[in-house]
Amino acid sequence: MGTRECNHICDESSPGIGEAGITGEWRIEVPSIDEKKCIPARSNKPTCFLCWLYCPEAVITKGIPPSINLEYCKGCGICSQVCPVQAITMLPEEKM
Amino acid sequence: MATQKKSNIHILDGNQAAAIAAKLSRVQVIAAYPITPQTPLTEQLSQYVEAGELQAEYVAVESEHSAMAVCTSASLVGARAFTATSSHGLAYMHEMLHWAAGARLPIVLACVNRAIGAPWNVLNDQQDSIAQRDTGWIQIYCRNNQEIMDSVIQAFRIAEIVHVPVMVCYDGYILSHTEMPVDIPDQAAVDRYLPAYQPHTVLDPSNPKNYNLVTLANPRVGVDGKLCHGYMELRYLLQEALQNSRETILQAGREFNEVFGRDYSDMFWEDREDAEITIVAMGSLAMEAIVAADMLREEGIRVGVLGLRVFRPFPKSDVVRALRKSKLIVVFDKNISYGSEGATCSEIKSALYGTYINASIRNFIVGLGGRDIKARELVDATKKAIASLKETVINPDYPEWICQI
Ligand code: SF4
Ligand code: SF4
Repeated sequence: MGTRECNHICDESSPGIGEAGITGEWRIEVPSIDEKKCIPARSNKPTCFLCWLYCPEAVITKGIPPSINLEYCKGCGICSQVCPVQAITMLPEEKM
Repeated sequence: MATQKKSNIHILDGNQAAAIAAKLSRVQVIAAYPITPQTPLTEQLSQYVEAGELQAEYVAVESEHSAMAVCTSASLVGARAFTATSSHGLAYMHEMLHWAAGARLPIVLACVNRAIGAPWNVLNDQQDSIAQRDTGWIQIYCRNNQEIMDSVIQAFRIAEIVHVPVMVCYDGYILSHTEMPVDIPDQAAVDRYLPAYQPHTVLDPSNPKNYNLVTLANPRVGVDGKLCHGYMELRYLLQEALQNSRETILQAGREFNEVFGRDYSDMFWEDREDAEITIVAMGSLAMEAIVAADMLREEGIRVGVLGLRVFRPFPKSDVVRALRKSKLIVVFDKNISYGSEGATCSEIKSALYGTYINASIRNFIVGLGGRDIKARELVDATKKAIASLKETVINPDYPEWICQI
């Protein structure tokens, strides 16, 4: 099946998770949240969420603890850099 | 459509004709940066807006690059957009020309053809618009000021049907600053001919969309689950739109004739189709070529003229039909693809390849940087081309230049 059925004549997409494709495939490192360090998990309060705010792919949810949609997490490591308590570690992507 | 019966002839220069045509087309956004010889056109349009005669937003931008960026944005949100430029301005706009075409926006640009530096020169040739040949714009060239008026109006009609921007090109000074009689269409007739612009992209806050973001080479599945074009599919669609635009261009020309009584139902202008020798020229040069052909015919040499009107899409099959009886084709170009030949000559050769027409083709580069072209020079060049069929007076692989080197 070709792409003509989408009926677009220029590039058009709807904003949403995954609009740039499965960006998870780009990853060589995967973020892992340590619940013992993460502030919301430790305090059981909806607080901090800097990782949620800075993630350029908007794939982190404001949960306790936050969770990451690895289908679209591109492994940039920004969340790990912004975390004030170093709760996020970048681990080698296993499939590599 | 009912024909406009009364004529309304005024003495106008080419820039005035383009400005009036943009006004009659009820353009809604104009973004332009003044550059010689286009300047009087933008001045006139800003006066129309200032005086309230034209309900449009006139955006005074800081560059031609910005002018096309503003036109692109305006067109994307549904406004009929117009700009004009020349030479270095068009070169500066180059990147955004690709954006307008790739986003498939029906912007109309008046290109007042002017030479490009170095060395600095403000006079006419067609190097500026020819250098933008591969940006995905339709290109129409005018022979006189009436054609400028009519082509700008038709350009919106064509662009808004095929979703491809259109460049209406006319020679600087030779047309832009030379007055001649022009029949000004009446507003009601133009309104009938040119319905309101219906954008293909609808920006609506309740249904947000992204346009022309990073698009990878391969198709991808969108968030709605549909397979969307990759970069290459979108490029294919642009080529397809230009390939198929011929019918729309001819239809727009035929309907223009029905309403205004001036015929644009062909992709070129032809003078004496029985000729065995055909002179090919584009823009105002085609008028000069007719004078030269008359002089040659007085000497008993059967010469016709093919005046190219639409350069992109290049009308291959139409040109083949027009040149079917030609034994010798003499192409005059006011541009040069350095290291090769004139751009229209290459197109003619490409169109004839593989057909039954086995004509000799000779190319002359003329009129660069406003160098005056006399009909007598075209006559002499044509005779030289005829002589070259029997003896080697010119190198057939490269163009001859009419200059004093
Ligand atoms: S910031 Fe980067 S690494 Fe962290 S979750 Fe978002 S995409 Fe993945
Ligand atoms: S930035 Fe660190 S501490 Fe803050 S929510 Fe994210 S993982 Fe937890």
